[in-house]
Amino acid sequence: MARRYDSSTTTFSPEGRLHQVEYAIEAINNAGTCVGILAQDGIVMASEKRVTSGLLAPSKTSEKTYKLCDHAACTVAGLTADANILIDQARLRAGRYSYQYAEAIPVEQLVEHVCNYKQAYTQYGGLRPFGVAFLFAGYDPHHGFQLYQSDPSGNYSGWKATAIGANNQAGKSLLKTEYGAKPEGGDGDEEMKTDDDDAEEEIRVPDVAEALRLAVKVLSKTMDGTIPSPEKMELFTMTLDESGKECVQRTLTVEESKKVVEEVEAETAAAGDA
Amino acid sequence: MDTVFGVKYDGGVIIAADQGNARSILMYQKNLDKVVPLSSHSALGISGPNSDLVNFSEYVQKNIALYELSNDGMKLSTHAQANFMRGELAAALRRGPYQVNVLLGGYDAGAESSSLYFLDYMASLQKVNYGCQGYASSFCLSIMDRDWKEGLTEDEAIAIVEHCMKELQTRFLIAQPNFIIKVIDKDGVKVAKFGADPADT
Repeated sequence: MARRYDSSTTTFSPEGRLHQVEYAIEAINNAGTCVGILAQDGIVMASEKRVTSGLLAPSKTSEKTYKLCDHAACTVAGLTADANILIDQARLRAGRYSYQYAEAIPVEQLVEHVCNYKQAYTQYGGLRPFGVAFLFAGYDPHHGFQLYQSDPSGNYSGWKATAIGANNQAGKSLLKTEYGAKPEGGDGDEEMKTDDDDAEEEIRVPDVAEALRLAVKVLSKTMDGTIPSPEKMELFTMTLDESGKECVQRTLTVEESKKVVEEVEAETAAAGDA
Repeated sequence: MDTVFGVKYDGGVIIAADQGNARSILMYQKNLDKVVPLSSHSALGISGPNSDLVNFSEYVQKNIALYELSNDGMKLSTHAQANFMRGELAAALRRGPYQVNVLLGGYDAGAESSSLYFLDYMASLQKVNYGCQGYASSFCLSIMDRDWKEGLTEDEAIAIVEHCMKELQTRFLIAQPNFIIKVIDKDGVKVAKFGADPADT
């Protein structure tokens, strides 16, 4: 066992691993799931809310979804207190960029800044890493809508669809088969998805409404197979307004979430009958 | 005293400047290029003491280059470059000001448009259709006021600049025999004309 290399966050083990970073990632696998899906006309982020007690006062703020600036937002899986520090950093960076350039920060630069901050805690200071994984959703004129995932190591990558938190592997495998698949009614003719170019061309990017339904479907899979009640999940969308210049960031109301859940239930029932 | 002009036209912008480098009673140089390319599609016409002229323009130029290197080739828009410069001028103002007055011209491929910005040493920033820095403004702004209109071609814009240069040569006390004229459009920054070759060292 490489136990003696566990405690120091900034030391490699003989196998070339940073154990503290790996343990931080483990901590996140116990947190409420977050699903992110890139759509034609926007981004959807759905999160599982873990309500620990009925006595908790209903909160106006979310423990899952946070606005970083007018054109970027994130969802959190992991230690909320750790997340708050990083979210402050992201907001500061976005604000400072627009102070310096009088322009919106390109999304990837914002993500990279947060990740560089996290990376420092894996290399200097003897402080533990942040126990948070993020899904970042943002829009900029350079690359349109973008979805990024980052973890305690400070690594990040761009995704069309992904999941973090509890049961994220199950969520990701469901996304792999369902994202971009042809709509229901084409079963039996569906070809096996292979890794060559033909498969790439067949991916049909969903619109926000369809992405919402897929996100709920994925959440229900990761939340132990039951279709979650709207109170247990938070559905967030980012789209552009009519002018095509300003972002619209919305968390769905309970009524709107209920509607999406009902649509998913109807879809699953129809597929079951077919 | 330096002269810098800028004229925006449809699809580009002209930046022109005299080529003299002088102090007190001495003329050091007659082929200085005071229109510094900041990026592939922007140039800065800059006036002031040679120390600040070079220091400030190189500082901005290298920061813009660093941005492109750090961000996978992403370009800063002309608007962003202008605001960055204004921030630097403002920060230095109450410490040790850059005594430079500039005209920034650039072309943005995304928006398919050109823009011209006036900045002075007090960190004023104004987007304009045409502008002058130095004594030239007393002679030439009125010419530009009359001649400039929306939808100019490159040739018409150069004609305005040459009209202004002619006026200075006739009426301005200080002789400025050499001017360098640069054009910034979708193809980048290129020299249209110079009085004395800046490369002649």
